[in-house]
Amino acid sequence: MAHGPAEGITRWLYTTNHKDIGTLYLWFSFAMFLTGGFFAMVIRAELFQPGVQLVQPEFFIQMTTMHGLVMVFGAIMPAFVGLANWMIPMMIGAPDMALPRMNNLSFWILPFAFAILISTLFMEGGGPNFGWTFYAPLSTTYAPDSVNYFIFAVHIMGASSIMGSINIIATVMNMRAPGMTYMKMPLFVWTWLITAFLLVAVMPVLAGAVTMMLMDINFGTSFFNAAGGGDPVLFQHVFWFFGHPEVYIIILPAFGVVSQIIPTFSRKPLFGYSSMVYATAAIAFLSFVVWAHHMFTVGMPIAGELYFMYATMLIAVPTGVKVFNWITTMYRGAITYETPMLFCIAFVILFTFGGFTGLMLSVAAADIQYHDTYFVVAHFHYVMVAGAVFSGTAAVYYWLPKWCGRMYDETMGKLQFWLAFIAFNITFMPQHFLGLAGMPRRYADYGLQFADWNMVSSVGAFLYGGAQILFLYNVVRTIMHGEPVKEAKVWEGAEGLEWLVPTPAPYHTFTKPPVVISGAAGEDEWSISGATPHVAFKASPEAG
Amino acid sequence: MSEEKYYVPEQSALPIFCATAMGVMAFGAANWVIDGGDGKIFLVGLALMTIVMYKWWSLVIEENMQGLVSPQLKHSYVLGMLWFIFSEVMFFAAFFGALFYVRVFVNAWIGGEASVALFDSTPTDAATANNDILWPGYERQWPVMETPDQAVNGDEAIFKGPDKNMSLPLWEYPASQWFSKLYTLLPWLPLWNTVILLSSSFTVHFAHMALKEGNRNVFLRYLGITVILGFFFLCLQVAEYYEAYVHYGLTLQSGIYGTTFFMLTGFHGAHVTLGTGMLLIQLIRGLKGHFSHEDQFGFEAASWYWHFVDVVWLGLFIVVYIFG
Repeated sequence: MAHGPAEGITRWLYTTNHKDIGTLYLWFSFAMFLTGGFFAMVIRAELFQPGVQLVQPEFFIQMTTMHGLVMVFGAIMPAFVGLANWMIPMMIGAPDMALPRMNNLSFWILPFAFAILISTLFMEGGGPNFGWTFYAPLSTTYAPDSVNYFIFAVHIMGASSIMGSINIIATVMNMRAPGMTYMKMPLFVWTWLITAFLLVAVMPVLAGAVTMMLMDINFGTSFFNAAGGGDPVLFQHVFWFFGHPEVYIIILPAFGVVSQIIPTFSRKPLFGYSSMVYATAAIAFLSFVVWAHHMFTVGMPIAGELYFMYATMLIAVPTGVKVFNWITTMYRGAITYETPMLFCIAFVILFTFGGFTGLMLSVAAADIQYHDTYFVVAHFHYVMVAGAVFSGTAAVYYWLPKWCGRMYDETMGKLQFWLAFIAFNITFMPQHFLGLAGMPRRYADYGLQFADWNMVSSVGAFLYGGAQILFLYNVVRTIMHGEPVKEAKVWEGAEGLEWLVPTPAPYHTFTKPPVVISGAAGEDEWSISGATPHVAFKASPEAG
Repeated sequence: MSEEKYYVPEQSALPIFCATAMGVMAFGAANWVIDGGDGKIFLVGLALMTIVMYKWWSLVIEENMQGLVSPQLKHSYVLGMLWFIFSEVMFFAAFFGALFYVRVFVNAWIGGEASVALFDSTPTDAATANNDILWPGYERQWPVMETPDQAVNGDEAIFKGPDKNMSLPLWEYPASQWFSKLYTLLPWLPLWNTVILLSSSFTVHFAHMALKEGNRNVFLRYLGITVILGFFFLCLQVAEYYEAYVHYGLTLQSGIYGTTFFMLTGFHGAHVTLGTGMLLIQLIRGLKGHFSHEDQFGFEAASWYWHFVDVVWLGLFIVVYIFG
């Protein structure tokens, strides 16, 4: 085994190192985040005023479609896979991921998939113009030719996700250091294990959905065509059987990140560790049995409407457990408000807000009014942006000193936080009002009564875009000129194996398995064989 | 749980070549299906992929022969294979789910009926309107021999049902005659395919037991029989498809019955092809003496895959053929 990274470009092309691959994932996802963000800017610029100014409706719908696809599959998912690559082996005391070469393959598929996907915008007939949910028959009978490129791009990014997830499952199940039992794993590892299971379960279903599309478009089958005995609604069932677990795939790792950061800056162990694990598993299970709440208006029988409504409301229970635990962790903690903590507190507040609008949407009768309006757009941006993106940003600020051995500038970090927090709410809060007033999503133009809030929303969006440039600046500046950090434990209240290895983390963390000394979760003595055992926070104030 | 020393492979050019091959294949396949494109780009990708896979697996086998693969890494391979098979299960679940949804719900609703009498015994307004306005004359039926399109447009229809379906021949007779008509099952290919595939699951298991006991000749013989049975299965499936296209008027375009029939059995057939290929490679490796009675993961992985393909077939046999 080589001791350090290889020289030159082949280090990145041929690497088998989980840290290198994690870095590749993170930079790739950020590039996609800016790309998808650029599409969003086009959307918001067009919607700044009523009427058609900048782009034609045909192009506008391609922008909304690509914005959704790039953000979900290109930005958020790879960002969390990048964090998983970096952190999981360090957190469980593994030398690397279980299958390092396949790990590199999982990453390098993505640039090809997204090159194919984005190139469709320049093809004859334009790119995908059927929304990120690509409902048939819009995506079959009425789709441009480029839909075929979209289909195969989805196929290979699905293969990438499946391989990446299998790798994570194998790593967590097989590579834990002695003493690192399942119920002692950091919550980030737990949420990722469950997320990976969800991915292996539903990415093949997505592959099935696009395969059915491919056959309907090119080979005369009638899956989604009632004339042959099929049904366009079948597409929605297959898609949302993938799609609903998919939204938990996006949010569960975010839960994991927040569950790592809040205890650190509250200087208290996570409240209710095991209930967090069970709640995560419960959410994952429920995610498989609620999919048709996305389809309340397609004409399901009343029994179906009622079942999917009640089942969906049930998800609020484990999610509530989580929110309760985060708040209780902070309760009477010695809290300091560093940038990662600010993002996590914003996460708890805004994600809960998004959860409540989700609860509103789950009421089948009320959803008839909300369906396909900006209320839905506002809801899922509260959980996707303030949920997944905020926690991803928090994770980068939190672990960046461990990764590169340099500390970010706290003032600049806080500046980014407040800009992002305020701009986010300016952007998406008004969309609730627009939606409730009846503004439909995915249109380039709107009635005059929606003009004011749309202008406010657009201004917020540009500010939010600016906050991301600031984020990029902060990260690059930290890596190049940040204040060097020497302590292994960068944050005073941080617990876990990753804070016992030197800072910056060595290229190969463990060559021999560390020994984890037993204790209840969150109250462990962690040690690395040979090193001085480190005594963590012993008990919570409630217990003492 | 853990070994003293970890093996982390050196950096490797294989993954990025593999990703490139996948990218070229994806681009080439899309280019191919669009009018005017040809398959050349796809074939280039496929050729590259074949080379990469050969090299990659050769490398893994090489590492194993050199003793670089620790028991822990082997367990990672085991987990990798099992979760891969789980992902395959979910892929088939999508198509079985589509079949179930169409048969139970869509078919009833297009025909203006209630779907599941337990929940809604009278058809909804939507279902009635569906039938009265969109597809008048269509009656709920499975297999769909006359598509909604035909019910409305007659001979003008684009989607035409098949002349004959693949279901159990006994259904053509009243229940009282089933026993006396049992002979009609003899030329029924799916039955023979079931016999072949089930036997092959046993032979591959016998091969595994022989290998564990270190009985090399028995192992090779049973594995060889398994590969031959897999090949037989594929031949019969080709015969069945020929029969369907030429004599039954049953094609991929024959409405939803043809769609689900060919997609389910076709994907299964593709997996049998893959499984047979895997077992064939294991047979070659066995002849080269790669396996010992305690180290046989390559063969075991292939045999798990084979059992999985067999279980899928049982599902198909029941849902698509017997109750088709």
